[in-house]
Amino acid sequence: MNDDLARMFARPSGTFRPSVLIRSRAAGGGSRSEPRPTEDGVSSRPHVAPDAADPQSRPAANSGELEETLHASLREGGDRPARLDTPGAVPEDRTAATSLPRTAHAMPPASNDYQLEAVGLAKSYRKASVEIPVLRDVHLAVRRGEFLAIVGQSGSGKSTLLHLLGTLDAPDAGSLFFEGQRIDNLPAADRDRLRNHCFGMIFQFYHLLPELTTLENVLTPLMIGKSVWGFLRRRRAYRRAAERLLALVGLSHRLKHRPRELSGGEMQRAAIARALITGPDVLLADEPTGNLDRATGQEILELLCSLNRQENLTIVMVTHDLAIAERADRMVRLVDGQIEDC
Amino acid sequence: MYKLLLCWRYLRTRYIALASIISVMLGVATMIVVNSVMSGFATEMQNRIHGILSDVVLEVRSLDGMADADWHMEQIRRVAGEAIQGMTPTVVVPAMLSFRHSDQWITRQVQLIGIDETTQSQVSDFGKYLQHPENRRAMSFQLREGGYDTRDHQGGPEAKERPQMKRAGWEHRRLMAEVQAFNRMMAQQASPGGAPDSAGPDGAASPPADERPATNLVDPFAAVQRPRQEPVFDPARQQHTGAVLGIVMASFRRPTGEDSFLILPGDDVKLTFPTAGTPPKIATDEFTVVDFYECKMAEYDSSFVFVPIRKLQELRGMIDPATGMGMFKSIQIKLKPGVDGDAVRDKLAEAFPRSLYEVQTWRDRQGALLAAVQMETAILNVLLFLIIAVSGFGILAIFFMIVVEKTRDIGVLKSLGASGSGIMGIFLSYGLSLGLVGSGVGLALGLVFVDHINDIAAVLGKITGKPVFDPSIYYFYRIPTIKDPWTIAWIVSGAIAIAVLASVLPALRAALLHPVEALRYE
Repeated sequence: MNDDLARMFARPSGTFRPSVLIRSRAAGGGSRSEPRPTEDGVSSRPHVAPDAADPQSRPAANSGELEETLHASLREGGDRPARLDTPGAVPEDRTAATSLPRTAHAMPPASNDYQLEAVGLAKSYRKASVEIPVLRDVHLAVRRGEFLAIVGQSGSGKSTLLHLLGTLDAPDAGSLFFEGQRIDNLPAADRDRLRNHCFGMIFQFYHLLPELTTLENVLTPLMIGKSVWGFLRRRRAYRRAAERLLALVGLSHRLKHRPRELSGGEMQRAAIARALITGPDVLLADEPTGNLDRATGQEILELLCSLNRQENLTIVMVTHDLAIAERADRMVRLVDGQIEDC
Repeated sequence: MYKLLLCWRYLRTRYIALASIISVMLGVATMIVVNSVMSGFATEMQNRIHGILSDVVLEVRSLDGMADADWHMEQIRRVAGEAIQGMTPTVVVPAMLSFRHSDQWITRQVQLIGIDETTQSQVSDFGKYLQHPENRRAMSFQLREGGYDTRDHQGGPEAKERPQMKRAGWEHRRLMAEVQAFNRMMAQQASPGGAPDSAGPDGAASPPADERPATNLVDPFAAVQRPRQEPVFDPARQQHTGAVLGIVMASFRRPTGEDSFLILPGDDVKLTFPTAGTPPKIATDEFTVVDFYECKMAEYDSSFVFVPIRKLQELRGMIDPATGMGMFKSIQIKLKPGVDGDAVRDKLAEAFPRSLYEVQTWRDRQGALLAAVQMETAILNVLLFLIIAVSGFGILAIFFMIVVEKTRDIGVLKSLGASGSGIMGIFLSYGLSLGLVGSGVGLALGLVFVDHINDIAAVLGKITGKPVFDPSIYYFYRIPTIKDPWTIAWIVSGAIAIAVLASVLPALRAALLHPVEALRYE
């Protein structure tokens, strides 16, 4: 599996950015004859359906095409005109953004290399009248394309930190920067859009919606992000993108199944496909292997590693398992609500 | 999009929620049935009242009436001529009706109305309610030979036979004359010489035209009582002035829906009424029943007696001996179609002094009754709508449970970028679709019920052994129904609105769930 994935993600250049991709496509359109972007932004290249009956034979055959799939689906997510439309937001083209002078922040400015940066985050929970501090002064910087593992014991606040990074929760103090832009104080609607477009999340308990099929579960973020009309207009393209992603994670034979008909590993892979459908910049994984047996957990981990390596996808993973954390590029430890490098 | 998809899936997978809208469904169905029946009754009643009464009535306050109907009609034409189709003067006076049935005198209190038979049918549906087909075409106060309807011509297919009406008319009159002659003969034979005793009580109670001998038997009293009456009145060949009786006072309806007649066209009745002038004196005269009046409004059918206006004016002394001109009590006015009766009424009320005249539309005259029906409908609607409102709380409870059950999914959706309003949209559209389903099924149920209400009433009557719709109480054979599309639209949209309103609170709760807490929810 690992080798298959490695091969299927094999790509010539190391850097992968949606905007870069669009540009290189536009410039060097002649270099590849087949894949022309349609108006939907999804490749119009005819999709060779992976052999659903024999998933093992699937990935190796068409690694180029799968790469194309990710491009397409990621580019779909990259197509976000009003992503950070707050006043003073960075221009949409992020390659340009990195070269622009940073707007002044109250907090010390983060380095341009950091895609996601937490500065002095603090969070405490209130139980009755007692305040229980969970995070205090957490400083964390994640580079673009980095695979970061956060380890810590149960109750150390790992999940809380991840929720803060994913803007699911607001910190009591400190600030959070994404692409150099402060995001923890954005209006709720902007944070919703950010979660939809820029962050992908996977959870220990998969959290697939039980009423929907695997395919529909994967399509959910697109349905959330688009208007009804916008979704229906492009539903064929979206459906193809979702099918390719599911093929990529090895679930093309489970499209019409409900989550309760899937195994744990399959559910987690479906959850990963769901997290990737909008082409996020950062994947936030909350104990993705915590509920799986060792072998399945390894498979999931391999999948994450290859996504990180091949697609240069930034991954922040929270785990209590050191063996798993060691697969990451970098590992930090959350102790007493503070980050310690390992 | 996910809202619609999830809403659809919740609808498909949670049948317990459908249970919560059964009461919505029943409420909608009941409201449709009740409204259809009530408006059927109200419309039927209005039509009948309108048919019985003319559009506008100009009434003289005095019971003695006012002279010169022609001059008044001219004035009315001058004031509101463009709106008027027809007019007829009438004399209305309270009276007593007496008739004989199986050797007993039956007396009823009636409203005696003197009409002009040629113009009366022009201002109201008077003619339509008569029992002889010829009279319906052209009213006449002459007794017909026969041919009266033996079935209620307005009753439709349910109307029961009226076998007694077969012999109504001259045939019946001749038969009764013979019977009476025979009775008289028998009485005389039983006590020869005692004739004063035997005839006394009878004769004292009623100086009878119909009991005078039709044969050539010698009756000493005939000569004494009516010395000047030449020639002798022959009931087998002659009739008194014609009178049209309301059918209810002449018959009674059995629970089976069949009518039994106490008297028939051809029988004689006595009418007693006050004369004009102060103080009024009592005048009594005999009339021959020539037809029955059946407008299906028991109130009218049991009180109206129509006689020719000229005869009534004569008997009441309402004719000016100098000019020969009769007095009238009221003028019935028929308006052209589409004319606003209230406007005409106001115009006429301006033109005629209020102290002497009263102008009323047919609605004014029956305002209390119509208002009562409307009130009843309104109260029933409020009560039934409360049923639907109560079912709203059932929806609320079930929705709350669904929101609690779906807490984790709500958290997941939020982590995927769904906004609070989007989550709210799921549950609002869920409530909306439940309301649509509930009121849709209720609508179908209600319409089917209304369409088959008479069959259902019949079946219920059979099961309980008691007729649900007793034709002896209501003068309809069928339950009248009217399905007003606007009323139905209001009911359905009201039910849907309640379903949506009931889901607002749970939806709001779902929208306000904190994503992290929702994700952690076990």
